Amino acid sequence: MKHLLDFQGWTRAEVESLLDTARVMAEVLERPVKKVPALQGFTVATVFFEPSTRTRLSFELAARRMSADVVSFAAATSSLQKGESYKDTLLTLEAMGVDAYVIRADAAGVPHQATRWVRGAVINGGDGRRAHPTQALLDAYTLLEALGGLEGKKIAIVGDILHSRVARSNAELLPLLGAEVWGAGPPALLPQSLPGVRLTPRLDEALAEADAVMVLRLQKERMEAGLVNLEDYIAHYQVTEARLKKAKPEAPLLHPGPMNRDVELEGTLADSARSLVNRQVHNGVAVRMAVLYHLLVGRER
Amino acid sequence: MGDILIKNVMLVDALGERGLADVLIGEGRILSLEGGEAQRVIEGKGRFLAPGFLDLHAHLREPGQEVKEDLATGLRAAVRGGYTDLVSMPNTNPPVDTPEAVRALRKKAQALGLARLHPAAALTQGQEGKTLTEAGLLKEAGAPLLTDDGHTNEDAGVLAAGLLGAAAFGLPVAVHAEDASLRRGGVMNDGPLADLLGLPGNPPEAEAARVARDLEVLRYALRRAQARPHLHVQHLSTKRALELVREAKRAGLPVTAEATPHHLTLTEEALRSFDPLFKVAPPLRTGEDVEALIEGLLDGTLDAIATDHAPHTQAEKEMDLLRAPFGIPSLEVAFPLLYTELYRKRGFPLKRLVELFTDGPRKVLGLPPLHLEVGAEASLVLLDPKEHPVDPKAFASKARFSPWAGWILEGWPVLTLVEGRIVHEALE
Repeated sequence: MKHLLDFQGWTRAEVESLLDTARVMAEVLERPVKKVPALQGFTVATVFFEPSTRTRLSFELAARRMSADVVSFAAATSSLQKGESYKDTLLTLEAMGVDAYVIRADAAGVPHQATRWVRGAVINGGDGRRAHPTQALLDAYTLLEALGGLEGKKIAIVGDILHSRVARSNAELLPLLGAEVWGAGPPALLPQSLPGVRLTPRLDEALAEADAVMVLRLQKERMEAGLVNLEDYIAHYQVTEARLKKAKPEAPLLHPGPMNRDVELEGTLADSARSLVNRQVHNGVAVRMAVLYHLLVGRER
Repeated sequence: MGDILIKNVMLVDALGERGLADVLIGEGRILSLEGGEAQRVIEGKGRFLAPGFLDLHAHLREPGQEVKEDLATGLRAAVRGGYTDLVSMPNTNPPVDTPEAVRALRKKAQALGLARLHPAAALTQGQEGKTLTEAGLLKEAGAPLLTDDGHTNEDAGVLAAGLLGAAAFGLPVAVHAEDASLRRGGVMNDGPLADLLGLPGNPPEAEAARVARDLEVLRYALRRAQARPHLHVQHLSTKRALELVREAKRAGLPVTAEATPHHLTLTEEALRSFDPLFKVAPPLRTGEDVEALIEGLLDGTLDAIATDHAPHTQAEKEMDLLRAPFGIPSLEVAFPLLYTELYRKRGFPLKRLVELFTDGPRKVLGLPPLHLEVGAEASLVLLDPKEHPVDPKAFASKARFSPWAGWILEGWPVLTLVEGRIVHEALE
């Protein structure tokens, strides 16, 4: 594996090997001294063309836990609109000797484009609606922890599937691991199709006998664009205690954050024992350590 | 004694493949098809000669965006592509919306002595879709058609008035048929692939909806006008919109339509590369749409192949897919591309292909046909079947990138003449 852009072309064995490494990394993070020298001498750049806090911190911590040097670049999208170029930014970092680039952008495909410009490993840190592969990996890791395995398990993804990179990456990854993935949301927020996913506007159908439920954030701009009515959304798509009764008892609840409490999710559920939200964040560091390790160790430099 | 003699050349025009001839050119005309004395003799064996091409739809960016293209580079690109005549779009900065602007462009282009420029003028002042421009004066200044291309005419009443006004002077009104409210922020064809790639989709229905509306507006104008209005639909990209135009033509409506080289040779699959090079408006569609367009070329639903040559800077095309501008530069490859992909690979009739570059677009502008006959104007292109790869670095256009870079094509223009004068020569 040269880059991590999305999961197109990945095999189950590759994913499992990565998750095995994540387990080793998780063990490192349990030690009193949470640091190993695996990436000493490597430089990782977080290149965020779109603002983000948790993903950037998680990657930076992951790199530092493995003794890599970290540089960080953040550009407001407004300066991009003024003509500042992605390519120039990346070529500047390349000239400084960066080995891996974690790229976040509001437009789908920027990490793909980056692989044409830089020699280092490119990790998609979230590109537009396209993909957020490390989020999907940490979701899968967290689900495996909670459920033991994903073979034949029904996972319901609820909310704005159309505009969600998290949903797209999970839609690619979870079926690779044997899961049956459902997507539910208002018709205007559902794609026409997603390979490997059963899409439905009926929340109950997706939740029925679900082994786990992943809730997505409803973004304000969707309401402003006239795609959804907030009250209607809350009435029909909010994941509530009552609706969760359709799912299997104790089915865990995931959310990639940040949450709009009492919009997509009943506020009290977020803090309940079923919620794995903090566990997801915790696992994110180990998963990202594994990704950096797989991409950098043994790579031709 | 003529100026140029092209010997042993195969003649092809909208009338068909007309056999070998020795074409003698002088005084800006074809003097003979049976040879004669000339100052210069060019071997035409294995090559074929066609009337010069007319492009109905090119963006030359002057005035205002000369960093992308200017008249000199754009018209140089045109003659390299075999075009002797070219209609430039008025969405420059400022837009071409006055007779003075049309005259200024024509004067400057004439001084360059390359392809003949026919600057289209805006249908509305500032291309704002509100106040009509002066159709009659624009016609007198040399505008061949009126269009707000680059902008969609949202106000149907303004379009209707524009059609009525232009009709009085025999000017076609060309429309960029896309319902902007249905298109929203779409950057590629809406469908399963856009869903997979996470890119905002531009639905085919946005084109069909607008074509349907515009055809109704045309019906209204036809009923109300004393003179006959003429609606020209630009860059058709979808099967459905094409069917609407076909039905309208069958019903006798005065409508014409064009398709571009990219919509005839590329599909949305190209966007899998996330390369903004393939970002174009209207977007690249599906294979089914491409097949429908080719059918439309054959059955006459489409009158012309027009380039929509849309040059941008390299840096702009290296932005992301949301921010990069729409457009593909294609003046220099349009004919060899379609010669290779349609005629050579699929057996599309050569006669019809040549017609779509010559008499088809001429008819849209109300110009008489141009055939290879004694006495005809010697605006000609000599085409060579030898294979060459597309090399954007060698383009005369300032936009030196191409979705077809590296494609091996045949049928390259090696000699272009405007009224008997050589404006492009690449003879080996």
